[in-house]
This record gives sequence, C-alpha cells and structure tokens, in this order.
Amino acid sequence: MADTANSDAFVEFERVQKSYDGENLVVKDLNLSMPKGEFLTMLGPSGSGKTTCLMMLAGFETATHGEIKLDGRPINNIPPHKRGIGMVFQNYALFPHMTVAENLSFPLEVRKIGKSDREGKVKRALDMVQMGDFGGRRPAQLSGGQQQRIALARALVFEPELVLMDEPLGALDKQLREHMQFEITNLAHELGITVVYVTHDQTEALTMSDRVAVFDDGRIQQLAPPDQLYESPDNSFVAQFIGENNTLEGTIKEINDGICLVELDDGELIDAMPVNVSNVGDRTTISIRPERVEVDTAKLGDSAHTLKAEVKEFIYMGDVFRTRLSVAGKDDFIIKTRNSADQRRLKPGEQIKIGWLPRDCRALDTV
Amino acid sequence: MKFKTTLLATTALTVAAVSAQAQDMADSMTLVSWGGAYQNSQQKAYVEPYLADNPDVTATWDESSAEAVAKLRAMNEAGNVTWDLVDVVASDAMRLCDEGLAMELDHDEILAPAPDGTDASDDFGDLIVSDCFIPQIVYSTTFGYRTDMVPEGVEPPSSVCDVFDLETYPGKRALQKRPIDNMEWALYCDGVAKDEIYDVLGTDEGVTRALAKLEGIKDEVVWWTAGAETPQLLADGEVFMGSTYNGRLFSAIAEQDQPIGMMWDMQSFDLDGWIIPADLPEDRLARVLDFLYFATDTQRLADQAAYISYGPARESSAPLVGEHAELGIAMGPHMPTDPANATNTHLYDYEWWADNRDDLDAKFQSWLVN
Amino acid sequence: MSDTTDTGPVLAADGTPLKRSLRRALRAQKLRALALIAPLLIFVLVTFIAPIADMLFRSVENQIVSNTLPNAVATLNDWDGTSDGLPGEDTFEALYYDMFLAAEAKRHTRVGSRLNYEESGISSMFRKSGRGVDDIGEDQIDALEDINDVWGDETFWFTMMSGPDGVAKANGILSAQRERLANLDQSSFAGEIGFAPSQQIADLLPRTVRAYTAFAVFTAIEDEDIVAEEEPWEAVKVALIEDLRSGIDLSGYDGPGAQELREAQQGLANQPAIDYKQGFIDITEDWANLDNWKTIKMYAPPFTTGYFLNAVDMQKTPEGFQPRPENEQIYGILFKRTLFMSLMITGSCILLAYPVAYLLANLPMRTSSLLMILVLLPFWTSLLVRTSAWKVMLQQQGVINDTLVWLGLVADEGRLVMINNQFGTIVAMTHILLPFMILPMYSVMSTIPPYYVRAARSLGATNWTSFWRVYFPQSVPGIGAGSILVFILAIGYYITPEIVGGTSGTFISNRIAYHISTSLNWGLAAALGSILLAAVLILYWAYDKIVGIDNVKLG
Repeated sequence: MADTANSDAFVEFERVQKSYDGENLVVKDLNLSMPKGEFLTMLGPSGSGKTTCLMMLAGFETATHGEIKLDGRPINNIPPHKRGIGMVFQNYALFPHMTVAENLSFPLEVRKIGKSDREGKVKRALDMVQMGDFGGRRPAQLSGGQQQRIALARALVFEPELVLMDEPLGALDKQLREHMQFEITNLAHELGITVVYVTHDQTEALTMSDRVAVFDDGRIQQLAPPDQLYESPDNSFVAQFIGENNTLEGTIKEINDGICLVELDDGELIDAMPVNVSNVGDRTTISIRPERVEVDTAKLGDSAHTLKAEVKEFIYMGDVFRTRLSVAGKDDFIIKTRNSADQRRLKPGEQIKIGWLPRDCRALDTV
Repeated sequence: MKFKTTLLATTALTVAAVSAQAQDMADSMTLVSWGGAYQNSQQKAYVEPYLADNPDVTATWDESSAEAVAKLRAMNEAGNVTWDLVDVVASDAMRLCDEGLAMELDHDEILAPAPDGTDASDDFGDLIVSDCFIPQIVYSTTFGYRTDMVPEGVEPPSSVCDVFDLETYPGKRALQKRPIDNMEWALYCDGVAKDEIYDVLGTDEGVTRALAKLEGIKDEVVWWTAGAETPQLLADGEVFMGSTYNGRLFSAIAEQDQPIGMMWDMQSFDLDGWIIPADLPEDRLARVLDFLYFATDTQRLADQAAYISYGPARESSAPLVGEHAELGIAMGPHMPTDPANATNTHLYDYEWWADNRDDLDAKFQSWLVN
Repeated sequence: MSDTTDTGPVLAADGTPLKRSLRRALRAQKLRALALIAPLLIFVLVTFIAPIADMLFRSVENQIVSNTLPNAVATLNDWDGTSDGLPGEDTFEALYYDMFLAAEAKRHTRVGSRLNYEESGISSMFRKSGRGVDDIGEDQIDALEDINDVWGDETFWFTMMSGPDGVAKANGILSAQRERLANLDQSSFAGEIGFAPSQQIADLLPRTVRAYTAFAVFTAIEDEDIVAEEEPWEAVKVALIEDLRSGIDLSGYDGPGAQELREAQQGLANQPAIDYKQGFIDITEDWANLDNWKTIKMYAPPFTTGYFLNAVDMQKTPEGFQPRPENEQIYGILFKRTLFMSLMITGSCILLAYPVAYLLANLPMRTSSLLMILVLLPFWTSLLVRTSAWKVMLQQQGVINDTLVWLGLVADEGRLVMINNQFGTIVAMTHILLPFMILPMYSVMSTIPPYYVRAARSLGATNWTSFWRVYFPQSVPGIGAGSILVFILAIGYYITPEIVGGTSGTFISNRIAYHISTSLNWGLAAALGSILLAAVLILYWAYDKIVGIDNVKLG
C-alpha cells in the first residue's frame, strides 16, 4: 500500500469522512494517495462509498471531515467548476440540446478560449476518439458506444490532468464494453492523465487499472494492483468480491512455517496459508479459487491433506469445465478444470477427492 | 286573428278538462327565476303554501331568468323544453311571445278574479303588456347613495342629475353596463324634456349627446352586470352612489342596516312576471295552470310584498300589503309605486328599445372600451 | 418462397397476395382498436366536433330571410336596389302572402330581429306588420262576404277546394306548400291533413288554391284542427279576390261553388284593387323607407358574410364592404386587447411559475409534495370564489389598499385603482391559470436529470452558466407546453374578466357571451367564436413553425 503522506502524491484523501444525515458515516476515515499518471479504480458494491468519494473529489459533495488535496492544494472549498477536473458520467450526460461539436466546445467556451482555438481542439478531441465525422450530430442520433466516446472526448478536450469516470461503461453491451475498456486505458496512458475510475464490475477493474481500491462499508478494504488483489486478498470480503471463490469455515488447528492446518466444521483437515489469522483456535474462513483446486490428488505431495467430495453437477463451458461439488457439507463448491485432451469429465454422483497447494488457499478472517 | 281565438278556446277547454281530472296533472314543476331574495319571496309567498296543499308535487328552481330567452330558444331548437314556468322581465316576455316561444293566454280564463269579482285582466290592467305575460311585480331601477359619504355642508343627493354632478358629489358611481336607463337619464339631465327623450335618442346627435353627458362621469363609474353588485359596492364604500333594483337597496338598508339612502327620482319602472313555454305537454300544462291560479291571486301577490319591496301587479293587492315578514316594518312606503316615491318616474319604452337596442348597444359598448 | 425475385406482387403461402393477407390479418386488430376508442370517438364527435361545425355554419348561415319571405325575395331579384324607387306592387303582393304565413307561424319577428342587426327599426316593422297584415284588403273581403255569406263558411270553402269525390288532385301544390311551411317553421309538415285540392280548381284559381293549401296544411299539422271545420285565413280570401279580378273565365267551370264564384266575380268587378303597398305603408311608414328594402335585398341570400364583417368592424353596403362608423367599432379593439392581455398573462405566469416548478422538481420528496399541495390548492376552490376573493383584495377599500394606507405607503385619498381594469384582470387570471403553467413545467423539469448541471459544472461552467446554457434550454419544452395551455385558456376566458375586468379589462369572450345570452345574435357570436378559433390555430401554427411543436412536452 502506498504511503498516505507521499510527497509526490497528486490526489490525496486525508482522514476523509462523509455523512449525509449526521448519524451514519457513508465514508469512514478514508486515506488515499495516488501519484500523477496513475489509473486507479474504486471498486465496490453499491452503497460502499465509492461514488461518494468520487463526488467529493469532483466537488459535488463536501467532506464532513478531513481534507482532499489535489496537486498538494486543499480543494475542499473550491467549487467544482474551478477544480479543472474532467469527468465522465454514468449516463454520459451529453447535453441533448447541443450538437456533438457544441458539447465539446462547451468547456472551452466557458474557459473563454477563442473560436479558432476551440475548433481545433474540438476536432483533435473528436479525432482522438475516432468520431471526427460526427460533430454535427445530436447525442440522441448516436449509439451508446458513440455517445461514450463523445463523453470521453468532452472530458478530455480541455486537457485536465485528472479525469474522473463514474461507471462510464455500465450501459454498454459486453463486447463494446470490453473494447472501450481497452481504448480508455490506452488513451489514459497515451495522454499521461491521472484517472480515478469507479465501477462495480471487478473484471473491468482488474483489466484496466494500475491499482484497485476495493470499497466496502465506507472503507477501503484493500488497495493493490490487480494481480495482488486477486491472488492475495487481504480479507475474506476482498476474496469474495474479486473473482470466483470457494469458502469453507473452520478453526485453526496449528500454525507453523507460514502454513496452517485448518479443521473444517465437519472434522476434515486441510492446509492453508494464514493471512489475517494468528492464533490457534481462531475461527477462519478459508478461501480457494476454483481453478486452483486439484482433482488429481496424486499431483499434490503425499503430506497434502485432501477432502472428500461428491460431484453434483457438471457444466460444459467450452474452454473450461465447471463442476459443482458438495464439500464439507456445502453444496456450492465450484471447481474449474481446463478442457485439455486428458481432462476427465466428472459425472454427477461420483465420489472424488480434492486438494490444493497450501499457498493457493488462504485462511482469512470470518465474515 | 282567427288563429288566436281558437288557441285561446283550446286553452280554456284544456283548463276546464284538467281541473275536472286532477289525476292528469304532472307531479313536478320546474320554475325558472332569478335566485336571491326575489326567488326567496316567491318561494315563501306561494310556492311553499302551494306545495303544502299539494304534498305530492315537487317544485324545482332553475336560476336562469337572466338567460331565459336564449335558453328557451335553444331548448325549442332542440325540441326539448324542460321548463314549466318562467319568470322574465316584460321585454323578454314580449320577445318570447312574438317568437312563439311562450304560450298565449286568456288572463280572465286562467287567473283568479279579484276578491270583489273584478276580472283578472282588469285587475292587472295595463301591466299585461303581452298576451303571454302574467305580471307579478312592479320594480324599479333607481339610485342609492352612502349617507356618510355626502360632503359636509351639502344636501344629500335627491335628483338623478346629482349622479352627473361630480363637483357637488365627488366619488364613484355604479351604473349598469347597458345603454337602457343610462342613456335616458343622461339626456334628461342634459335638459331634454321627459316626453322627448326617445325622439332625441333616436337621432345620431341624441346618442352623441347622451354619451357626452355620460363621458363627464365615465372615469368615476364602476359598471355592474348583476343586481347584487351595487349594494355590495355601497356597503364596502367602493362607490358613493349607484343604480340597482329598488328591492336590493331595501335589503341593504332595512335588513342589513347599511348607511344607504334611497333616491327615487326618475326611477325606471319595469315589470316582472310569468310566461308559460309554448307547446307544453298536457299534464305539465295542467299542473302549471293549477299552480298559477293559486300563485297569482290577490292575497298571494300581497304576501310576496312582505318579503321584498316590489309592488304587487294586481290593483286589488295594494291595500293588502302589510308588514315585512321578519322586521315588522310597513312595506307600503318602500314600494316603488308608493305615491311619495313615484313623484318623478320614468317608464322605458319596450318597443323603442326592441328596435334600437342592437344599434345603441354597439355604440355604447364602443364608447365604453374606447 | 422465392417470390422476391418475381416482378409480380409478393404472395403468401396460400397464393393470395401478401398485402391482402396482411390487411386481412390486421383488420380484426383494427376493428378491435376502433371498438375500444369508439366511445371516446363518439363523445368527441358529439360534444366537440359537431358544436364547432354548427358554430362555423351559424356564422355564415342566413336562410331565415329566404325561408320566411321566399316570394318577396324572389321578386326583389328584378328590383334595382340602388335606384330611388320602392319595389313594385308585385313585391308587396308577394310580401303580403309571405308575411301572413310568417305571422301565423310566428316567424316574422325572428326575421325582424335578424335584419335589425343590420338596420335599426326593422324589428318593429316586422312586429307591427305581423299584427296588421290581416287588415290589408279587409274592405274587399267585406265586399266579398256581402255578396254571399258562404265566403265565410268553412264547409263551403272545403267542398269547393276539394272538388267532387274522385276528381284528380293537385298533389304537386300540396307537397310544395308542405315544403314551404317546413322551411319556414324549421319543422316537419308531413302527415295526413284530410285535404287535397282538386286539379280542376287549382287550374282555375291558382293563387287561392296555393293559399288554401298552405292554410290547410298549417291548420291540420300545427294547430291539429280539422281543416273542414276552420274558416280560411284572410289571405285565402284575398287570393280569391285576386284570382277573380285577374279576368279568368269561369264559364267552363261546373264544380262546387261555380254559381257563387261567378256571382262574386261580377260583384267584385267594380271594387277597387287591393293596394298592398299602401296597405303595408299604412301599417308602418318604415315600408316606404328605401334603406329597409335595400337591407332585405342584401341579406336575402341563404349565406352571408355579414356576421364576419360585423365581427371585424366592417359592414356590407350597396357600395361594397365599408368600415363601420367609428363610434360603433369595438371588435378590433377587443381582439387586440384579448391577444395582448393573454400574452401578458402568459408572460407573468412564466415568470412566476418557473421558480416554483424548479423548486418542485429539485426539492426533496417530502418538501416538494407539500409545495405541490399548495400549488394545487387553488384547484379545490371554486373559480368564482377565487375571483371574488381578488375583488376583496384589490378593491379601493380592499385588503391591499388598507394595508398600504396603514403602512403609510399611499395616502387615504390616493388609494390605488387595482380592479375593474386590465391590471386586476391580469393579476386574477395569472393567479387562476398559474397551476396550468407550473404543472407542465414541473413535469418537464422533473425529467431533467441532475447530472447535466453537474456535468456542466465539472466542465468549468459557473452556476449561472450551467443553468442558462444547460438546464434552461432543456426546460423550454415545459415553458412551451405551459404557455400554449395558459394562452389558449386565457384567450377564451370569460368569467374572471367579467367580474374584475371593468371596461378596459374585458375580453372578446365577454362580447360573445353577451351576444349568446342577451342580444341573441348567435350568428355574430358564432363569427366571433370562429375568428377566435382561427386566431388560436394560427398562433399554434406559428408556434410550430418558430419553436416546433415537438418541443412541447407535458412530461
């Protein structure tokens, strides 16, 4: 995690709190620091406080407590239009009564930029999003994806150093979304702008970001690069929230040498890597990704613990097989196996044994 | 004309036939009147007593007298006349009669004679201005003034010409928004002799002269369209003097105790009475005639005067006029026909106005808006 | 299915053209849809379209003159209305029969009232003529009855006119008179009358048979009497006198009354002719007034532009269309005033409603519901009560003046005149029509998401700029809808200007109401109403051209 007092931080939240009603905190003691040029995603379920944070940064909400700094300057009391932050809204917020060119020209006009300058900048911005021919159209005449590009171009046309994006791809279909994810990241890196991106779609967060801040309950649960987030979640919320995940409940039996032995509630034993458990006898939730579960227990070491499992359902998904098992009394244990030539197709009702490498299984706090 | 006599004969026959067979009478009536205190006097004086004698009958009021001609004409065009008896002013009765929308009557056949045996037509006398019209009351349009707004050291206004005298009697006036009466008063106060008023008014110069006289007070005039407005304006102190129906002024003075004085000079007489719509079905006609016989007899008309200060149309009713039903004051001196009040009166010429109303109205309204 | 390559029509699977199959498939659907909207359609047709059509018709309709005086009007075709002489004796004779019948049917005063709109005095001319028309020719009638008193006997007349049993009947005359009366009285004169003139007598005494047949039809249908038991009208006897005096040859006639006819023809020979012109002038001098005759001729056609001309302060004269005398002009002023005041009211409604609608759309739910109730509150009070309340507020001894005097802002003698003028009308009508502006504005504003303004601000616009450049343009459709609604309501408003308008604050609708209920000039009222309707449609069209009707949203 980055140091909150980083001196080259471009955007900083210092002990920021936000309450709407004076009784409940929507954002609890938020500390965040991001360097210039970073693409940071705020990820979390709805109501987790991520959008509020973004709105505070944009200036549409004021922090109840704490300080927000932009390029070292506190901006709490600066109105939104003076912050110089570009923003892309969830519904694009393209002005319906203006043409595309007028939409793009708007931020330049209010900045009193001359007409010829404006035209040049608008044209460049449109070209940048490959929409050069669409200047004369109205937003309603464009498809969702085209509107998205225009919204992006409008947020960038006045060359802000920081751009905020509030679930900008939420309304697009899957294919277009994936394409736009790619374009946005490319553009951000090309222009070297700093981006704060809010989404509740973890795939989007993982594919696009330099770092991801996972929000829950008004706090950042983990702030880390995508791979770290996926592979080493700090707590069971993160583990659950990011990617597909199997959990089993149990008690720590012993801990040694960075590996702990967990006794599941039905008495079976399994290995795991302790993450935020420290004492023998603690309750724990162990977390294992479906693709890390090994069906062929022979591939594991002799000392490895294994669990009994019964095949409940087998789903053919093309590149992978997805199999639902009943493990330790739970019916929703998922495993994914690659559709390779030698891979066996399990049949419902079949009794098998499963196991994993201790480093793939993380013993976390109980939820 | 032959036709008229046959029709009257039929009417008489119908009356004779139906009075023998009371079961052929309709058991409901729709009476059309003006609403307010006047309708109330009709209700009290003869509708309620009649209904008490005929418990099976119901009477419904429709307060449409102001638009009676228009509505009757529309009903007639639609072929569905829902009214049984309509209270209208004399000029409307004449018009309805002319157009065949009201039924022609033989007053002696269908109305009660006076107690001394005088025929109804003699008892009503000249007030039967149309063959379709059964007069009920004589009323007048005249002026009232705020007694407390009379300037100090000045006599209270007593002549209609004081209305046009802004110097002696400064203040607002309420006048009816129509040429009738106003034009006559204006010419009279401009020095035209009473019997020459209509001759003068019949010329363009006369109209100009009347409007010029009115022009002198135009800025101070509040124009009214409903009879209730002037008493209200006087009560609020909005106007110093104003014209309205004498009964309305009586209510404001006697019943509401307002500081208002009467000015009877050049009061403009008019008549109000019943007409029966033409071509009523027999059972409804029978009921209406039965009611009318009762409601227009000498005593009933005298009774009505106990509720409102309008003069009964029968000569034989005048001696029977008594006291106000609630206040107990003698009603005689408040009647427009009382000799003390009727020293200088004006009777407007129905025929002349029927001819000239359209033309004068256009000029009057044009003068008003300019 | 390779029909697409054919040049012929596309066929369905069973070989019928695809278009026809589709039509058939859709027909049931259409019928069902039609059945669903039928009640509304009928309702709209009956209560909206039909009255408007009727109004448009009445504004040009003028059949009353030609229906009431058909024969007189026909003779006027040959009369040169611009010359100095009165119409000829033939016109007066035709007028006699027309007037007689009109008086019997009580239609003469209506035509009098109608023509009186154009020329004062015609009303009484007709009324007097209706009363006096049966005096014309009374000397000759007396002479006729002196010759033989069978001419006053209904049975004799009936027998003579019917002819002996089994003779040919002049049914053409009968149906012609039925139609004539139906036109006159605007009601049906069909039905059995127990009489038909014989062809023989009709050929012999054409005028008499026409007059008697009219009498017979009217007596049987309108009076519901038996023809044979009623003495004929004076007009029938006058017609007989004219027939006998026209020198007809009675020698060949041997039907009923042949003897009496011959006797009468002889007896009448030394009587003076009936002078119809003098007869009418004796009733009233007005018949000698050329202007009255010119008016009758001018308004004889069944359709007229007269009402519309009147409605724009013009009149039809023999010299063509002329403006009315200045002291009779009123409608131009009233139309202009109505438009001007409606615009003022619409404008003040926009100014007052916009902030309220904005608050309604942007306040939290609870507060805005409360505010909405306050906005709707006036709707729960009677219009008359609200208008009268304004009277109490605005009059010189009213609440506002009292307060101003109490505060010392105006002197007691200098109380403001705020009612019975344009100001009072604008204030009261703005108040009354305000909800009609607020509601469409609100419903449009509540569909404007807050993120547009946020977007504008994030793009660097100040509060004002983001309102004016981003929020306001999007709320314009609401202003448009509200304005059209308020303007159209205002332009036809009647009750409020009547109560608080005085003389300078009245609208054209007050004049329309006057002509409907007081002067009974329904044609003029219809013409004024049609012009008002046209004005609204033109303004609507102009609005569509300038702003675009797509830019009107009610939500």
